[in-house]
Amino acid sequence: MSKEDKDRIADAKLYDIADKWYQQMQNAAIPYISLPTRTKHNIEYDEGTEVWKYGDKETTRIANSSKSALHLLKMAYVVGFLKQQLRENRSSTLREMYYISESWKKAKFSAQDESNHLVEDLEIITELSRESFHLRPEDDGATVYGPLKIREKTRRGDREMHCQQDVGEGGYPIPNNVDNLEFVEHDAKFVIAMETGGMYARLMENGFDEEYDAILVHLKGQPARSTRRVLRRLNQELNLPVVVFTDGDPWSYRIFASVAYGSIKAAHMSETLATPGAQFIGVQPSDISNYDLPSDKLTEGDIAALKSELSDPRFDTDYWKTQINLQLKLGLKSEQQAFAARGLDFVTKEYLPARLSEMGII
Amino acid sequence: MDLAEELATKQRSISVAEFFEKNKHLLGFDSPTRGIITTIKEAVDNSLDACEEAEVLPDIYVGIKRTDKDVYRITVEDNGPGIVPKQVPFVFGKLLYGSRFHQIKQSRGQQGIGISAAVLYAQLTTGIPTTVISRTGHTSKANRFLLMIKTEENEPQILKQEEIDWDRMHGTRVEIEFKSSLAAKKRLLDYLRYTAVVNPHARIRADIDGEQYNFERASEETIFAPKAIAPHPHGIEFGTLKRMAEASPLKLKEFLIEGFSRVGDKNADEILGISGLKPDRKAAGLSSEDMKKLLDAMQTVPVPPPPSSQCLSPITEEKIIKGIDKEFELDFVRSRTRKSQVFSGHPFIVEAAIGYGGKLETEGSAQILRFANRVPLLYQQGACLITNAVSSVNWKAYNLSQQGIPIGPVLILVHVASTNVPFTSESKDAIAAIPEIEKEIVLVLQELGRELKNYLSRRDKNKQQEERARAVCSILPDIAAKVGEIVGKPAPDTTPLEAQIMRKVVVKKRVLNGKVEISVNNYTRNPATLTIYNMSEDPAADAKPKPDFVDKIGDEYNKLWKVEIDPESFWKTEYSGSSHGSISVRGVDEKFLVVVDLF
Repeated sequence: MSKEDKDRIADAKLYDIADKWYQQMQNAAIPYISLPTRTKHNIEYDEGTEVWKYGDKETTRIANSSKSALHLLKMAYVVGFLKQQLRENRSSTLREMYYISESWKKAKFSAQDESNHLVEDLEIITELSRESFHLRPEDDGATVYGPLKIREKTRRGDREMHCQQDVGEGGYPIPNNVDNLEFVEHDAKFVIAMETGGMYARLMENGFDEEYDAILVHLKGQPARSTRRVLRRLNQELNLPVVVFTDGDPWSYRIFASVAYGSIKAAHMSETLATPGAQFIGVQPSDISNYDLPSDKLTEGDIAALKSELSDPRFDTDYWKTQINLQLKLGLKSEQQAFAARGLDFVTKEYLPARLSEMGII
Repeated sequence: MDLAEELATKQRSISVAEFFEKNKHLLGFDSPTRGIITTIKEAVDNSLDACEEAEVLPDIYVGIKRTDKDVYRITVEDNGPGIVPKQVPFVFGKLLYGSRFHQIKQSRGQQGIGISAAVLYAQLTTGIPTTVISRTGHTSKANRFLLMIKTEENEPQILKQEEIDWDRMHGTRVEIEFKSSLAAKKRLLDYLRYTAVVNPHARIRADIDGEQYNFERASEETIFAPKAIAPHPHGIEFGTLKRMAEASPLKLKEFLIEGFSRVGDKNADEILGISGLKPDRKAAGLSSEDMKKLLDAMQTVPVPPPPSSQCLSPITEEKIIKGIDKEFELDFVRSRTRKSQVFSGHPFIVEAAIGYGGKLETEGSAQILRFANRVPLLYQQGACLITNAVSSVNWKAYNLSQQGIPIGPVLILVHVASTNVPFTSESKDAIAAIPEIEKEIVLVLQELGRELKNYLSRRDKNKQQEERARAVCSILPDIAAKVGEIVGKPAPDTTPLEAQIMRKVVVKKRVLNGKVEISVNNYTRNPATLTIYNMSEDPAADAKPKPDFVDKIGDEYNKLWKVEIDPESFWKTEYSGSSHGSISVRGVDEKFLVVVDLF
């Protein structure tokens, strides 16, 4: 499909949203919009795609409260703005749109989270991605390092790079639009995605990628869509197993869940973003006791988050139930880098090889 | 001469009248300003009492006319039963003369000192005799008296008596002229207004030096006149007992049974058993010592409380509300009449009401209306039991701020009715601290406080809802404008949406595809009855439902539908046609109505 066709479809879908409201108001009905409920109570496992998607529960936002009316007003402004952007063939980042809303008076966003969330709503309603509206996220700085050669279509022509030989210690930065990326060749046996920069650098320094033919991916906390998309493509296209290495706390398990099962916030994109085969390597609560890792006490927030995960359908497996209950019993959490207590080589020489062979990857 | 003898020449009895002359403050004549109020109060109280006894609806005229620089003529006229001519001089010309002093029942005036005190006051300040006209019925003529009081003897002096023609069938008129001032006019009006509140069956007209004030009647029911009861053995005083015994021809046991409330065969035996006195002794002629024994025994034997249903006449909850409604326009009024209780053998009933909002001052303390036996208490608010009781309630628990008494647009009415209201002094301005009465007042106010709190929180909720609705309505036009801009059409009209959110009745007419549709949405919380007028060239012969009335005017048909519609429901009619015509609606307050004419 040509770019013009794509733009026309996007424009028509945006028009439909406004037109529905127009009809509603013409018929003396208070304008409303229905959306799938975007909470953990409304995500379902889809057997076909092996990812978690939104279920049938719908939330209707009707403009009969000032909060909902304001929400609809903001949505109307965003629709208007995106239509204009399509018409003028411009593009902007999510952050830019947030700043543009400064001049929208009542419809001004109070935080970028709010505008991001609203754009996600529009993706769900239109069944299009934000890129279709010429909206893109900011670079998020996630990187790749390992025996992988890629080709990237840049605005200034194609660039080919080897992610060990052609990049510095920072690795290859994942671009916004992963669809401009092509995997040329590789020597890898698996992909290891890490939550923290510290661990990423440790594996690089210890030569883990070379020793085990591993592609290292730095998630930078909760991974951006582009990072998750890269992981999915490495898994699907190159048939590489993906393992996720995070801190041993409830927030980090959610990082794994969003990689493997899809995030609750963007469950409408799970099909293109989730890597159903991804496995969790650690830090497992059982590691804390088995390796006697330095640890912190769980805070009240941690405990609440763990309990909430017990009712999260994505964590409804024997493995996670055992691990989460164990952690609640221990009352402790440990960071990835806590392995350093056993020496800087421990994680690459002992822990990871042991876990990887246990998981049948090496 | 011995000093004692010398003194003895100066010692002599003082008449009550003389005593009053020297102690005017005791009876409420301490200042010329106050005298005017006391006089009117005494006269009106007497009128109301008399009308009540005669079971007529009181029609009272109060006149104040300035006759000299600081001299005022006070006139009070009623349509009561009148006073027989031979009693008139005593009622007005002798202090401490009255019919009610010895009776145990609720009444306004009691001591019989009030009105004659005013006559004396007039005589002292201006020397002008008091005029009294009274007529007892259509068969007799009216009598006109000019009266004064012989102060030394406390006896009336009739200066003139004559039969006259009077347009009233029955009633009494008194004219008293004394030195005074109208400085306390506001308080006087308060008195009349408060009297009107607790006597909704009375009509009071006042002419205050040329200014007319009318306090209309709100209830056509005459009020039940309390009947006297025998005294109760508990709380009777030595002197009273002695006087009763001396006057009785009966033997002790019969004297107890006949002379006292709730004393029967068994109680009488018990009392006499404890006192050690023989039942067949004569009541008269008991020694003081025996009398003391009898009195003590009477206090120890348990006797049921006195019957209150006859001797007390509460205003009742409904009439208090009527009275308040007619004199104050409030947003909320509740009243409560408690069951009768007893203190020291005297039955009493506490009634109260709380009003909120309306035209009451929003700043400052609550307005407290104190009443004793339906008489407003105007002075010494701080010394009154009612004020103390009001202050001792924790009003903050009922969402009112409080500095002693509550603050805000609040009206508190408390009425204490008793066969013997315990006043702090003879001027009857304040009720004395009796724990039994205070407890009842606190309880009734707490009960009413809870109702006020419910009202306030409901009102706050409604207010909040309205504010929220307003907030939505301020956003809807923006949505409409933006949406219109996106689809490239004029912004849709948001009036019907706002009506829906603001909970109004929306009547809509639209002409579409050869059909005219008229619909009604009742978004309010109340049923609505409305009449829809639709004038157009279409006869609406096939309308469903049919119009209740069709009238042809020239080329046009005026169609009328009467619609009764429940809250949150929908009604519509439809007929073939294509002309726009006009639509108008009646029956719904404009504040709650939106008519939309869509083409």
